[in-house]
Amino acid sequence: MKYEYKLYEPSWCPGCGNYMIRTALKMALEELEIEPHEVVLVSGIGQAAKMQHYIKVNGFNGLHGRAIPPAIGIRLANKNLKVIVESGDGGSYGEGGNHFIHAIRRNIDIAHFVHDNQIYGLTKGQASPTTAMGQKTTLQFDGVKVEPIKPLALALTMGAGFVARGFSGDIPHLVSLMKAAIEYKGYALVDILQPCVVWNRVNTFAWYKNRVYHLPEDYDYTNKEEAMKKALEFDDKIPIGILYKEEKESYEDRFDFIKNGPPLVDRQLNPMDAERLMEEFR
Amino acid sequence: MDYSVLIGGAAGQGMDTCAILLEKTLKRCGFSVYASSDYMSRVRGGHNFFYIRFSDRKLYSFSPRVDLIFAMNKETVDIHRSKLKENGFILTQETIEDIVTKLGNPKVINTVGLGFILKYFGLPMDIAAEVIKEEFKEGIIEINLRALEEGYKQSKNRYSLTTFKDESILINGNQAVGVGAIAAGCRFYCGYPMTPSTGVLNYLAAHSNEFGIAVDQVEDEVAALNMALGAAYAGVRAMTGSSGGGFALMVEALSLAGMIEVPVVLINVQRPGPATGFPTRTEQADLRFMIHAGHGEFPRMVIALRDVEDAFYQTVRAFNIAEKYQIPVLLMSDQHLADSVVTVKPFDFTKVKVERYISGEEEVVDEEYKRYRFTEDGISPRILPGKIPGQVVLVDSDEHDEWGHITESDEIRTKMVDKRLKKYEYLKEDIQEPWFIGKDKPENLIICWGSTYGAVREAVDRLIEEGYSIGALIFGDIWPLPTKRLLDFGKMAKRIIDVEQNATGQLESLIREVALMKPTDRILKYDGRPFSGEEVYKRIREVL
Repeated sequence: MKYEYKLYEPSWCPGCGNYMIRTALKMALEELEIEPHEVVLVSGIGQAAKMQHYIKVNGFNGLHGRAIPPAIGIRLANKNLKVIVESGDGGSYGEGGNHFIHAIRRNIDIAHFVHDNQIYGLTKGQASPTTAMGQKTTLQFDGVKVEPIKPLALALTMGAGFVARGFSGDIPHLVSLMKAAIEYKGYALVDILQPCVVWNRVNTFAWYKNRVYHLPEDYDYTNKEEAMKKALEFDDKIPIGILYKEEKESYEDRFDFIKNGPPLVDRQLNPMDAERLMEEFR
Repeated sequence: MDYSVLIGGAAGQGMDTCAILLEKTLKRCGFSVYASSDYMSRVRGGHNFFYIRFSDRKLYSFSPRVDLIFAMNKETVDIHRSKLKENGFILTQETIEDIVTKLGNPKVINTVGLGFILKYFGLPMDIAAEVIKEEFKEGIIEINLRALEEGYKQSKNRYSLTTFKDESILINGNQAVGVGAIAAGCRFYCGYPMTPSTGVLNYLAAHSNEFGIAVDQVEDEVAALNMALGAAYAGVRAMTGSSGGGFALMVEALSLAGMIEVPVVLINVQRPGPATGFPTRTEQADLRFMIHAGHGEFPRMVIALRDVEDAFYQTVRAFNIAEKYQIPVLLMSDQHLADSVVTVKPFDFTKVKVERYISGEEEVVDEEYKRYRFTEDGISPRILPGKIPGQVVLVDSDEHDEWGHITESDEIRTKMVDKRLKKYEYLKEDIQEPWFIGKDKPENLIICWGSTYGAVREAVDRLIEEGYSIGALIFGDIWPLPTKRLLDFGKMAKRIIDVEQNATGQLESLIREVALMKPTDRILKYDGRPFSGEEVYKRIREVL
């Protein structure tokens, strides 16, 4: 590594899971020997989405829920850039839910790290799409009345080729997941469980710690049926690890001219090349 | 000479084919062609029609007064009979029914009709035969050539027109924007299909592989502009487009473009609103919306396209200005310009300059690159992510410091707002005054913008022939609004007549606001149908 991942002082609350996720991210990038200028971190809005401000990388900190579309644009424009989407459960599954579904359909080569704390932090404690039914919040005074989204099951149903779950309290394991997701050629989802120490008094660090377990060594991540079972296991036990993995052609590679040529950003523009278009209109 | 043909029928009867064959044939006969289409928002049935006008002098508008109606069904006769000139002719389905039956394929009614029309005007058949060979697939060429011949035989010469050398291209507004984008080196275009903007998406998709343009059909228009901004951030020329409702969905990201200072080009091919409005019809009612769309205050440029040539050159210019000032540039077209097929001189590609304003390593003066470095003109050197080892590019939708990092500082906030808005001062140097046509020092001054140019041009030419002191200013650059010519001509004119295709006179109100000048009369139209030269002429006469 020629350049270092400089860190800046975050504005996260003491004890927030984001610190551990940042540590894991830095380690994953360093271990993969990706330089800071070779990676772009794309995010929306929220505490998780401030990641680029606290670690030195290229960053596109866009609109709430809109992290995936610019990530797609960046990848199509420059296939040499590693693109990582880093946002919370609200931005990824709520405001940006439609983009999430369609990113899977495309299988664009990005790693999507969802900081999933099952609550809205920055807006002060309302339910997120992953908050449990019945849980009381600062807005849902008598309990949440809608079912939580099951992001991993949804991703599997949509045909995602890389589906994983991690836990911010298990850094070495999270680093391995992040590395595998970054190296995966296509859309890779890592739903990262993290406590919100201020707003979620149900899903605390201990709550997660007591439930998560590593998928067994002999777990077959090519078995979709098994993966679906594991994706829906979210009660007394929560499995973490790569639930499903399958090689698929990435979106970029489905464009022959992107696959077989230099990145679009490096191509010369010559207006005279377009003059022959006039023949179509003769 | 100046003739007009109306072809009408139900959607699905193949009028489009007949229209394109006739337009191409007339073009190759060396005529100026102006074809306008009127279609409904449905897949089959209803009533659709084309006006195809042709002349030996340059045409600027279609004509609703026609010499021949080709009625593919009875309804067409009932609806359009009143548009027929005194000595006009109606070619009904019945007239050629026997030939079509004899040929054994009902679809050839198009080419039978085409043959009939050509003979009627005394035009040669061989040019049409060539066009048929190019337009149709192998298996059906033969039968269509026979149909053309049979139709030709059935008809009688009413006119004997002379043909000329053909030096033009036949193109519509959406295609011209597409060609402009390709010439400008656009490498990314995305959109969600929405009439009447889909033609731009189609054109670029059709040339995606040949020119290496990534074209994405997005899940929604919210994704569209955000995606284009990602591509532009990474360093390619990026564009998106839609019509009013789709543009409405892009508004949050438009504000983002202003904040992160990423250059992007956007086109709104207007149709009548509010809401779904008239999906397949025309209006110019988004002017105020385009100028003001987006929360917060940030610089932008808005350019209205006046005709197909303007559509080409302004699309190229939009990319250059977007990158020069690192701002969003918004193009405004409308259904009338988008769908009308006209003949023009081939575009001059030697006039196209690609000016990118991207900085290299030597221009990074800080140890750590500042994406939003404070500069005299508000424009910070732009480098691309991944291109300079060790340097990173951070853009942020939050208020940010010079590096792009989130800030809450009141002092930096004020400086950043000033930095962004300062671009307007310099942008003024690039603003183009409106076109002027007509008499020197006209007593009567028409003011219009965008695609009403054609109809106004025809009306003004006619009024000058009749001896009126009249001229017109046709605005292309709308925002920032150029005011020099406006004030110069406004001072001289006794009467200032605003001509617009909307109900509230949006350009007029902008002129009052920016130039403190009040037009004396307004000619507005908002029935969803385009102004013809004829209609503008009549309505100006009512005012004068």
